[in-house]
Amino acid sequence: MTVLKITKLTQYFSGLRALADFNIQLEEGELVGLIGPNGAGKTTVFNLVSGFYQPTEGVISFLGQPITGLKPHQVTAHGIARTFQNIRLWNEMTVLDNIMLAQHSSLDYGIRDLFFRTGRYQRREREIRDLAMELLEIFKLREVAEEKPKNLSYGLQRKVEIARALSSKPKLLLLDEPAAGLPSRDVVELIDLIRWIHREFKIAIWMIEHQMKVVMSLCSRITVIDFGVVIAEGTPEEIQHHPDVIKAYLGDDQL
Amino acid sequence: MKQKLSVPVALLALLMTVMVLAQYEVIDLYIQTIILFVGINIIISSSLNLVNGHMGEFSCGHAGFIAVGAYVSSVLSVALFTQDRVFGAPLLPPQYAFIGFPLVLLAGGIAAAFAGLLVALPSFKTRGDYLAIITIAANYIIITLIINIDKIGGARGFMGMKRVIFAMEDVAEIPWMILWVFLFTILSIIAIRRFVSSTYGKGIIAIQQDEVAAEIMSVNTNKMKLIAFMLSSGLAGIAGGLYAHVIGYVNPKSFDILKSTEALVMVYLGGMGSITGSILSAVLFTLLLELLRPLQIIKWVAIPLLLIILMQFRPEGIMGNRELSDIFPRLKKFYRFK
Amino acid sequence: MESLVQNILNALQWGSFYSLIALGYTLVYGVLLLINFAHGDIVMVGAYIAFFVSSLLLGHYHAIPIALSGGVALALTIPLTMILTSVVGVSLERIAYRPLRRKGAHRLYVVITALMCGLILENGNLALLGASRKKFPEMVDKVIYTFGTVSVTNLKIAVILTAFLVFFLLQFIVTKTKIGMAMRAISYDKFAVPLMGIPIDSVIVFTFILGSSMAGLAGVLFALSYPILDPYMGLTIGWKAFIAAVVGGIGDIRGAFAGGFILGFVEIMVVAFFPSTYRDLFSFSILLFILTLRPTGLFGVPKTTKI
Repeated sequence: MTVLKITKLTQYFSGLRALADFNIQLEEGELVGLIGPNGAGKTTVFNLVSGFYQPTEGVISFLGQPITGLKPHQVTAHGIARTFQNIRLWNEMTVLDNIMLAQHSSLDYGIRDLFFRTGRYQRREREIRDLAMELLEIFKLREVAEEKPKNLSYGLQRKVEIARALSSKPKLLLLDEPAAGLPSRDVVELIDLIRWIHREFKIAIWMIEHQMKVVMSLCSRITVIDFGVVIAEGTPEEIQHHPDVIKAYLGDDQL
Repeated sequence: MKQKLSVPVALLALLMTVMVLAQYEVIDLYIQTIILFVGINIIISSSLNLVNGHMGEFSCGHAGFIAVGAYVSSVLSVALFTQDRVFGAPLLPPQYAFIGFPLVLLAGGIAAAFAGLLVALPSFKTRGDYLAIITIAANYIIITLIINIDKIGGARGFMGMKRVIFAMEDVAEIPWMILWVFLFTILSIIAIRRFVSSTYGKGIIAIQQDEVAAEIMSVNTNKMKLIAFMLSSGLAGIAGGLYAHVIGYVNPKSFDILKSTEALVMVYLGGMGSITGSILSAVLFTLLLELLRPLQIIKWVAIPLLLIILMQFRPEGIMGNRELSDIFPRLKKFYRFK
Repeated sequence: MESLVQNILNALQWGSFYSLIALGYTLVYGVLLLINFAHGDIVMVGAYIAFFVSSLLLGHYHAIPIALSGGVALALTIPLTMILTSVVGVSLERIAYRPLRRKGAHRLYVVITALMCGLILENGNLALLGASRKKFPEMVDKVIYTFGTVSVTNLKIAVILTAFLVFFLLQFIVTKTKIGMAMRAISYDKFAVPLMGIPIDSVIVFTFILGSSMAGLAGVLFALSYPILDPYMGLTIGWKAFIAAVVGGIGDIRGAFAGGFILGFVEIMVVAFFPSTYRDLFSFSILLFILTLRPTGLFGVPKTTKI
């Protein structure tokens, strides 16, 4: 089944074209990569998918339903979660609260329940908490549940962010440069973690990544964009030897 | 069990003590009024804290919403339960005033909550200092609107609320306002506390810390802002209704930007996002205002000066963003604030 | 038609005051992101300083050997007031704001401190000088020029010209001089400015000098136009000028200037057609409406969030 289908996605920022005619289709359980030089428009694609930008043109549909024009929280409620290039955790809240809060769209109790602490409220809060604790457990973050993210190492913060994204029970996970800023030892661990998430949660993952090692070892399929235009698509091997890709990354004179 | 009961029992004992002391005039009217002001100010500061502390906006027009609550509930209670020059004969038998009064207060709160839309709706598109201006403008708009409604006294002010109190006292001779202020203060605190300690309400704390992340990680930020602003201004409205009935007279001037400044001072003195901080600073601030009363005009030099000095020593307010139970963990046995 | 021209002239004068004050707000805001809520009261202080300086120069206190003539006294009063007022402004920054900034206090605590400073200035004045209002001395003979039924005083023309002059001067300082560029640079990157060889604190002090001397100037002109002084005179006009600065797009000099005039026009026009009690109601509603249409003010650039 097709999870995500993007057709003719185009984005202009005050007259400047950031993305042109972008198409992609992600199938269930796929792990796909999106690469390209700095400023190529990769994050723009993610911002469009997650509803943070409204596209100038094009259609995004998720599990067969169009999600273009929805607000970010609605997109998340549909089942797309993401992480950020520069970690964006709520730094003054505990790690546990961070994870719990990402279930905000599926709380399923009203203001009245909240003020009167009804049975429904208490049950749902317990369930949310249990799910969060479970996630912390499998991410081996149990010990830091009551810590504030700002006091954690960069690597742990990345992990918390991924756990937070998963807590909304997404069917598609967008990872925006998960390996950015990680020391190489942690990168190996991250590769294992993503592979494990992919297998364990049975979700589709689409990732932006700069480090070739990560994309090449994880993704079954890679899209390369440069200046907002797709320049290549294919398996890691095909991409590695694609002349346009080499040109985009290394410049003309290298050839 | 201990945690569940100790606080309500203590509060009930406190209420009873104050009521009995007031009933037998052990504490005079002046002290009673100060106690009432403490309660009202607690509602004002903790409700503003919801927006300015927990949600991290900078609302400087809180007094506008206090005014809406004060006027709406005053006009309602005067029209419903008293013989008035403008509104004529009481619409309901005055002996029901003691039942009707809390409803009238709630009506004032609801009206103020809707006035909060004036600020909440622009907050979808703008935040920070631009929103601050909108709140100031809203404060001015509300005040000038009241000034221009002649039926409720315009710039002269509105009175007659004492007669409502008398109507209540005709039924039972007890210090009614102490009861009402106490009740509504406690209810407000409970409402705020339950709100910000629920996962739902924590959405506004997420907005404060990273609005973009909040929206993308499933928080409907516009809806949360709407709720927080309406809850905050609604509670301010209830505080306004109580204030109007304690004083027995309201005047648009008493809800100008200076009143908003007082509310701001209490919030930042207590610490942004700390409920116990807001309570503590409301108590301190109210007492300070009264203690320095003999200084007359110098009071308004001394208090700001004191606050400036205080902020130099504690640039995050008395409590920072912590609660009393974070500083004294033993208190957690009796109550939990988070 | 004549009354329209008359109203426009009045609006220009009224807007000039708002603009001068709004410029002070916007300068400080542009550099420190600080809403200097004491600014309106600094205008009041400026007016009082002008009162004492001019009384002194006119020989009212018998402290100087000869009483100066009105014109000379005014020529001296203006620069002296600007200097003394900026001393007050800079003192506030040094005593109250800077230590807080150094301690890394939340921005809003500095704002609250500014509010408190304003209260101290107002009430300190009231406590020191008492509640009796001061009558500002008349220093220049009023000349009225009449064109048909439209009349304009020399003072009105002077106020409007001054506002424009100040605007062009500030615009020049901020865009063409080194310190002006440093002022603009600080709001972008606090840490890069010292690398340019300009200490941050000097830039901040310079900003406060500029802003407060504008406030002093506004104080003198206001006192000349409406010669009754009272300690709370800066309160409302200050808040309104701040709103004007924001409507223009706070931090932007053109915005503050335009915003001041917009507010002036709205207020005068409302009063021309409605009872004066409606003035604030209408003007604030209009400002609210403008801000709803352009959430970051007329000249403000919307901040794009990068993620």
